[in-house]
Amino acid sequence: MTTIIEPVEAIADVEGDVPPERLARPATRKGIGVSRALLWPALATSLVLTQIPFLVTIYYSLQEWNLLKPGDQHFAWFQNYVTVFSNGSFVSSLVATVLITGSAVILSTLFGLLLAVLLDRRFRGRALARTLLITPFLIMPAAAALIWKWSMFEATSGMVNWLIGLVGIPPVAWNTDAPVVTVIGVLTWQYTPFFMLILLAGLQSQSRDVLEASSVDGAGPARQFALITLPHLRQYIEIAVLLGSIQLVQVFDPVAIMTRGSGGTKTLSYLLYERAFVGLEVGEAAAYGVVTVIVTIVIATVALRTLFKIFTEGTR
Amino acid sequence: MTRNRTARSTALSVGLVVGSLILGGCAGAGGSTDGDANGDVTLTLATVNNPQMKDMEELKGTFEKENPGIKVNFIQMEENDLRDAVTKDVATKGGQYDVVTVGAYEVPIWAQNGWLTDLTDTTSSDAEYDVDDLFPPVRAGLTVDDKLYALPFYGESSMLMYNKDMFAAAGLEMPNNPTWDQVADFAKKLKTDDVAGICLRGKPGWGELFAPLTTVVQTFGGNWYDEDWNATVNAPEFVDAVTFYTDLVKAAGEPDPVSSGFTECLNALSQGKAAMWYDATSAAGSIEDPNASTVAGKVGYVHAPVKETTESGWLWSWNLAIPETSKHRDAAETFVKWATSKKYEQLVGTELGWSRVPPGARTSTYEIPEYVDAAKAFAPITKEIMEAVDPNQPGVDPQPYTGVQFVTIPEFQDLGNTISQDLADVFAGRSDVKTVLDKGQKLAQTAGDAQK
Repeated sequence: MTTIIEPVEAIADVEGDVPPERLARPATRKGIGVSRALLWPALATSLVLTQIPFLVTIYYSLQEWNLLKPGDQHFAWFQNYVTVFSNGSFVSSLVATVLITGSAVILSTLFGLLLAVLLDRRFRGRALARTLLITPFLIMPAAAALIWKWSMFEATSGMVNWLIGLVGIPPVAWNTDAPVVTVIGVLTWQYTPFFMLILLAGLQSQSRDVLEASSVDGAGPARQFALITLPHLRQYIEIAVLLGSIQLVQVFDPVAIMTRGSGGTKTLSYLLYERAFVGLEVGEAAAYGVVTVIVTIVIATVALRTLFKIFTEGTR
Repeated sequence: MTRNRTARSTALSVGLVVGSLILGGCAGAGGSTDGDANGDVTLTLATVNNPQMKDMEELKGTFEKENPGIKVNFIQMEENDLRDAVTKDVATKGGQYDVVTVGAYEVPIWAQNGWLTDLTDTTSSDAEYDVDDLFPPVRAGLTVDDKLYALPFYGESSMLMYNKDMFAAAGLEMPNNPTWDQVADFAKKLKTDDVAGICLRGKPGWGELFAPLTTVVQTFGGNWYDEDWNATVNAPEFVDAVTFYTDLVKAAGEPDPVSSGFTECLNALSQGKAAMWYDATSAAGSIEDPNASTVAGKVGYVHAPVKETTESGWLWSWNLAIPETSKHRDAAETFVKWATSKKYEQLVGTELGWSRVPPGARTSTYEIPEYVDAAKAFAPITKEIMEAVDPNQPGVDPQPYTGVQFVTIPEFQDLGNTISQDLADVFAGRSDVKTVLDKGQKLAQTAGDAQK
């Protein structure tokens, strides 16, 4: 096991393990100071861009302010937060977000892994296949939702109903009867290439020598995959899940275009949009935003740590 | 090492989430300024991107030629974006726009907030403008305390459209004033595996599902509020109407109601996949366009179906208004009057074709022989309905506001939106009408109490 090369780890370990004389050239104290100073403009910009709006959001969340009632604007203490927690839409939205994001991430990882393994083989037209498989990720989310709405999930002429009709399943009114499935379906379709790309990069960085050695030792393809390839891919899966979750948690377009928040598809970002642009409740929407941020931090920290712990324990 | 990296990347990811949520929430529209270089005035016009407004942009050169010194800059947006952008700008006194396109729902609310310029004097003193020529119901919807706050550019009501071939094949005959019971009966007879008996909007949204559904509720004797702002959303008439509507869709309607709004139903009828469609009168223009429709010339148009009332059409108009914050009010007045004048209709007719004249705003439009000829399939019935609609009391009982398919209070968008989302569960069989409306009643009462 110790021979497995873990590229990210290897880079991270440079500072500690490599003999000092080899590092001497660039890494003097002063050099580090300069390179850190060079980071400051970027750091300051991102602080200004993210933290000041956040403070403004907190300020608005303490205001009672409906855009259409200009006379009523006043400081309301925590009234908006009371509304957020008392009317029940927050919890159901949170559940919807976790369900939709979670399912889409898991499905995308599985399909992405499958496609990556297939693409890792040599065959004629591999470059073409790879390009075609990446395409869904390059399509704008709104366009993807429209394509699925009109040509895939359409009840009378959609391809999905035609396909299930071939095996004798009666047509399904997707957006009416299975809204959550339709949203997860579009997201999975769109994000599988993203997962595939990262996992493919992982597969291609795998040392062929190790695989060869293991087959000399008598490991079949299944054991090779489970005991060598998967542990090698661990970090790639981690990073894919992390980045994928960040993008998917903001899902908006398929919900807005296909289900309009009905049937358990009202995700947090759609709820926020509704409060701000349909309800025109600026204060309430800001309060939802603040609570969403806090909850996201908590869930992200706990969930990602647990997730990574499972992976870590599985291999070390 | 791994631990640390994990924690750091977690923190990073959270930072990203935080940042993007906030940025997403605060995305603002870009600014615009006037070009006063040589005393010229540039009007900034925010408008919905429908075909009629695109025609107006095409013709703005004529206005600029007739009024030297005034230039007009069009900013076209999709309906929802327009609503967001303009509401934000006007409510926060941004002053970005000199002329805005406002829907019939917003005009009274905005006028009461003092956001719109009073146009009564400038229009009534201008004999050539002939303000009395505007359709009375449309004008009533734009009037608050006898003052006119916006000028209608185009108006519409609702009507029932049906495929004449399908009716003839089934040996059915459509009366000019059908009742909902007759329509339900036709729909069930005409429904086949490939063709919906009737297409009725089911897509959630106050302006989608609740536009036709509110008119059904009103003709069934129900309404959102009684005269004293008491909510009546779970009253028997309201429940009956919604039950009727959802049952009809389930029994003989389009297969995927939650997907189906105006555009989807328009597609269904114009591709021969629906036998009937109850929707906006303005849809007729697209249905009669042979390039977009396979049923052009084969569709009949009759009054909105009724039950307890004699008429049940809705009333909508897109209007031009001038925000109080406009810096060029005089120039803006000149422009809105030009764009809603009789002369402009003639201009559209001669320059772009008579079928493209904006309908439903002026009675005299329906006296232009060329227009009546170009739109003979639906012009007479549109006029008949537009004159018959009563926005002050569309239902059986009096109501405390002016408006048909919407309640003219700020809370209505939210209220209609929430209930329509819950009704999606009714279409899917996950919930029932009574449960949804009991919940809606509470929301409606909160909004109603704010009006008392």
